[in-house]
Amino acid sequence: MLSALRTLWSVFWHAFARRFTVQYPEQKRPLPPRFRGRIVLTRDPDGEERCVACYLCAAACPVDCIALQATEDEHGRRYPEFFRINFSRCIFCGFCEEACPTCAIQLTPDCELADYRRSSLVYEKADLLIGGPGKVHDYNFYRVAGVAIAEKDKGEAENELPPANVRRLMP
Amino acid sequence: MDALNALLREVNSAEVLREVALVLGVLIGALSLGGGLTFVERRLLALWQDRYGPNRVGPFGLLQVVADTIKLFTKEDWTPPFADRFVFVVAPAIVIAATLMSFAVIPLAPGLVVADLNVGLLFFLGMSSLSVYSVALGGWSANSKYALLGGLRAAGQMVSYEVFMGLSLMGVVATTGSFSLGDIVEAQRRVWFCIPQCIGLVTFLIAGLAETRRIPFDLPEAEGELVAGFHTEYSGMKFGMFFLGEYVGVALVSALTVVLFFGGWLGPVLPPIVWFLGKTALLIALFILVRGALPRLRYDQLMRLGWKVLLPLSLANVVVTGAVILALRR
Repeated sequence: MLSALRTLWSVFWHAFARRFTVQYPEQKRPLPPRFRGRIVLTRDPDGEERCVACYLCAAACPVDCIALQATEDEHGRRYPEFFRINFSRCIFCGFCEEACPTCAIQLTPDCELADYRRSSLVYEKADLLIGGPGKVHDYNFYRVAGVAIAEKDKGEAENELPPANVRRLMP
Repeated sequence: MDALNALLREVNSAEVLREVALVLGVLIGALSLGGGLTFVERRLLALWQDRYGPNRVGPFGLLQVVADTIKLFTKEDWTPPFADRFVFVVAPAIVIAATLMSFAVIPLAPGLVVADLNVGLLFFLGMSSLSVYSVALGGWSANSKYALLGGLRAAGQMVSYEVFMGLSLMGVVATTGSFSLGDIVEAQRRVWFCIPQCIGLVTFLIAGLAETRRIPFDLPEAEGELVAGFHTEYSGMKFGMFFLGEYVGVALVSALTVVLFFGGWLGPVLPPIVWFLGKTALLIALFILVRGALPRLRYDQLMRLGWKVLLPLSLANVVVTGAVILALRR
């Protein structure tokens, strides 16, 4: 009986306690920078597309929501002809971001993707591509990779030795 | 037709209008109070649980009641094919009818009462016993095991709590010497009965909680074990009527507690009706606080509390009150 009264008393004083509810659409909690939300395609510091259309993200995706087609420009750079993510399928696991060798595909702290039509949840490359480098600021794949493109031959990348003549016997 | 006209001319039309307005006012007031309480309870519970509760529909969420009502009315009103149709339909009507009938004897202010019965208190007790039928029959007619268990529990609980609900009021009746609620309020001019009859107050409040099947005693519903107890098979507005009946019952028990123990409309400065309504509102808030704070009893605890603690307590209260009255009369 006494404990019941004590409970009543302490519950009554909760009337003056702080309320924990976050009034969502008006108040928003800050999301951590590494939150796994809407997926974007980033650009390298020079403003070029980072994606080299290697299909690793599509292969890693457990729900097959990523579709793309690789192609090559006149400089020998690979890029996706189209890049399509179906956000009504995406489970925001972040495997694509982990698989990406060029830090092109990244997840962002934006979780407000609700829509009235499923078809408008299919994002094309124009919707995905952003202007900046995202979470990785200085990385440029072609500047460090030993891949020959028009303005840079093999052996000219950063920290890269000139290619060895494999037919010589000397090291 | 002529006879009817003559009859109409004989009765004072202003008097009749006043009566009709009073009846309609109490009826509509009680029903909308019951509806509004669904909202008030959710907001108050939320307040005591550090949340906001429904605050989106309309200003402060006030239109939530309207939204809920529209939802209940547009839901499928399903009667299970295995149910006893007639009883199934009648059961929810009984609970509403019984609780609304009891409001007729509650004096809101001096002279402001629908029916000033000289046995008003007995009428209330009778009506509250009738609502047992609603719950028990509702549970029985649904022909489902959860509903049946809920109905059984309700019958057992309400019958045993009825016993000392009546007894706990006998002290008040003995002190006043009348069953009329108006007389009982007038008898509290010097001191409210909550002081000399504090044991009666406590036992009546507990019995009132049990009679309205509110949380520490909501075993007939017990959503943790019995799905929804006696109204498992009910949907749409039939469910709504059980729901409304519960809240009208809460308002009724609070109003009656105010009348019997807290001096009804008595109070300084403010008009009597304000005093009555204010006290009732406070008691309703207490009922909601109890729901927010206390866990449900086990069934054996419930029965033990009823028969072994509260019944002897209220009997002792009657004996002591009688002895004191007798001693003072000498």
